[in-house]
Amino acid sequence: MQSKTFSRYESRYFYALVALGALFVFLGYLAMHTMEEHGHIVTGMNNQIVWGIPHVFAIFMIVAASGVLNIGSIGTIFGQKPYKARSPLAGLVAIALLVGGLAVLMLDLGRPDRIIIAATHFNPTSVFAWNIFLYSGFFTLAALYLWTMLEKRMNVWSKPVGLAMFAWRVILTSGTGMIFAFLVVRQAYGSALLPPMFIVLSFAWGMAVFLVVQAAMYAWNNKTLDPAILSRMKNLLGLFVVSSLYLVAIYHMTNLYFAKQTGFEYFILRDGGTYPMVFWAGYVLLGSLLPLALIYLPSRVNSKVVVSASLLVIIGSFALLYVFILGGQAYPLSIFPGYEVSSSFRDGEIAKYAPSLPEIMLGVGGLAIAFLITIISTRVINSIPHDAAAVAKNDD
Amino acid sequence: MNEVNLDTKPNLDRRDFLTKSSIGLAGLAIAPGMMLFDLAHGRAQDEAVSNKVRWGMLIDNTKCESGCNDCVTACNTENGLSGGTKPTDSQWIRKVQLKDTLTGHVSSLPMMCQHCEHPPCVDVCPTQASFKRADGIVLVDKHICIGCRYCVMACPYQARSFVHEVLTDQKTEVPRGKGTVESCTLCVHRIDKGGTTACAEACSKAGHEAILFGDLNDPESAISKRIRSVASIQVRADLGLNTGVRYEGI
Repeated sequence: MQSKTFSRYESRYFYALVALGALFVFLGYLAMHTMEEHGHIVTGMNNQIVWGIPHVFAIFMIVAASGVLNIGSIGTIFGQKPYKARSPLAGLVAIALLVGGLAVLMLDLGRPDRIIIAATHFNPTSVFAWNIFLYSGFFTLAALYLWTMLEKRMNVWSKPVGLAMFAWRVILTSGTGMIFAFLVVRQAYGSALLPPMFIVLSFAWGMAVFLVVQAAMYAWNNKTLDPAILSRMKNLLGLFVVSSLYLVAIYHMTNLYFAKQTGFEYFILRDGGTYPMVFWAGYVLLGSLLPLALIYLPSRVNSKVVVSASLLVIIGSFALLYVFILGGQAYPLSIFPGYEVSSSFRDGEIAKYAPSLPEIMLGVGGLAIAFLITIISTRVINSIPHDAAAVAKNDD
Repeated sequence: MNEVNLDTKPNLDRRDFLTKSSIGLAGLAIAPGMMLFDLAHGRAQDEAVSNKVRWGMLIDNTKCESGCNDCVTACNTENGLSGGTKPTDSQWIRKVQLKDTLTGHVSSLPMMCQHCEHPPCVDVCPTQASFKRADGIVLVDKHICIGCRYCVMACPYQARSFVHEVLTDQKTEVPRGKGTVESCTLCVHRIDKGGTTACAEACSKAGHEAILFGDLNDPESAISKRIRSVASIQVRADLGLNTGVRYEGI
């Protein structure tokens, strides 16, 4: 009965959601327009903190985009049937997230009107320039990957294309990590651990986003996911969250061990006010330990628990990126080691930053773009996973 | 007519001779002057920048007066900066107060773009808007800077500023623009006319002589002689960037 009532209003719900998404995209557009007209003075950014909250949104979406495709890879390359059934949906969500992330990244530029210059003037030594190439390749490969999966005649190509996609994705997320790893003078960055850390984080964040999208689709279509499949995916999310926590811990421990870095670590983990709080409460507790408890504590596998755990992982990812990007810039550069310094340019001071409404709206606008692309494309393209009965059990 | 012509011919020859010889003499007289002018002015407008010179500065920390801000003021005036010190205001040069944490010794020095031989800002710039001229000056091409701020993140000296607001009253010789990154240009517009930097000039005028500007590649230049005879350092020399700005007395 529920199903009938649902389908009668289904179309209306759909358009209402599209309208809601469009509203937030429009608010993002207004934010972009304000920033374009007045400059970054309307944001909380300044000359000490040059990358603000838009980068948190953008990097979350770009890293998660790569991670979502991991689900496709598990299916296509490693031949896991329950994951193979999810590859088309993974491909769509990945493209949606990358579009959203790149939109935020580009519109946060000082001169977004000049974005074409990024294509006409290429600097081979810039990891940013490599990323422009990696992102466009990602789109091409993801589109090709979808085609090989959705068009029956092309199915034979899905494995080689999937393999290329897998390699490309690993390089792309390494590239995102390298943006920070190459910043040798910043205490927070300049670590070779960052590219692998970003790859593992992408697995966790991508899986979390996918589980939320999947649960929404199943609820929308009034379908129930095979508990065996849900249980497998839930356990994999748990494994990814533990691995992420491990790499984040190693990253901080190596820093703590280097005398020159301890000041920064004390700041980020203990003395830095908001940053330690967001790190411990946001990332460690809410974003890692609580979802792990939900995942591993013995209870009946149910969708609500998995969705709650996934949403917590997503909240944790924003907390981690906030501390990493903003906290990393807030701590002053060590220009004169061994000296206490001060100047009108705030040398030696902890930089202050409070995100403003326009920059938050720009980030939310990017999420809204990803949301719109996801709900429209999943309606247009048949991407809901079709599981053969007891497939999961046979595979286990 | 013919007679006249015949008569005037030797006259013309003599005139011709006088003209040519005076041009020659004038040339001989002017040439050394022109050569001196050339030496003093570095290079002609249509001549390409050469790596035969490397512009740099030596800053004597012991001569830099703690309360003096003349170099900063001169830079602001020269380049049309507002002189504001809000976190969003551009500061191409700033006075940094230093206190040795172990000994308590206090000093101050001007800090600006160090014009590295291997500038991290140039490495990371996606569009090659950050570039290094052949003569060692690190600049930003305001026409192709997209405002990504990656160079600001990469600079070890916090020397770069991002233009956060619409600008008015700009200097024609110093192009700037909202949404782009900027930093000390080593007063490139003055150097190209054979001048010195505004900060060095202001420091001399104030009687401190703490900033010495010159060609690091010319062994006979005052700066080269000075760095040969006294101990000077590069800030964060451990990074291996080979800065064009050096400090003595830190």
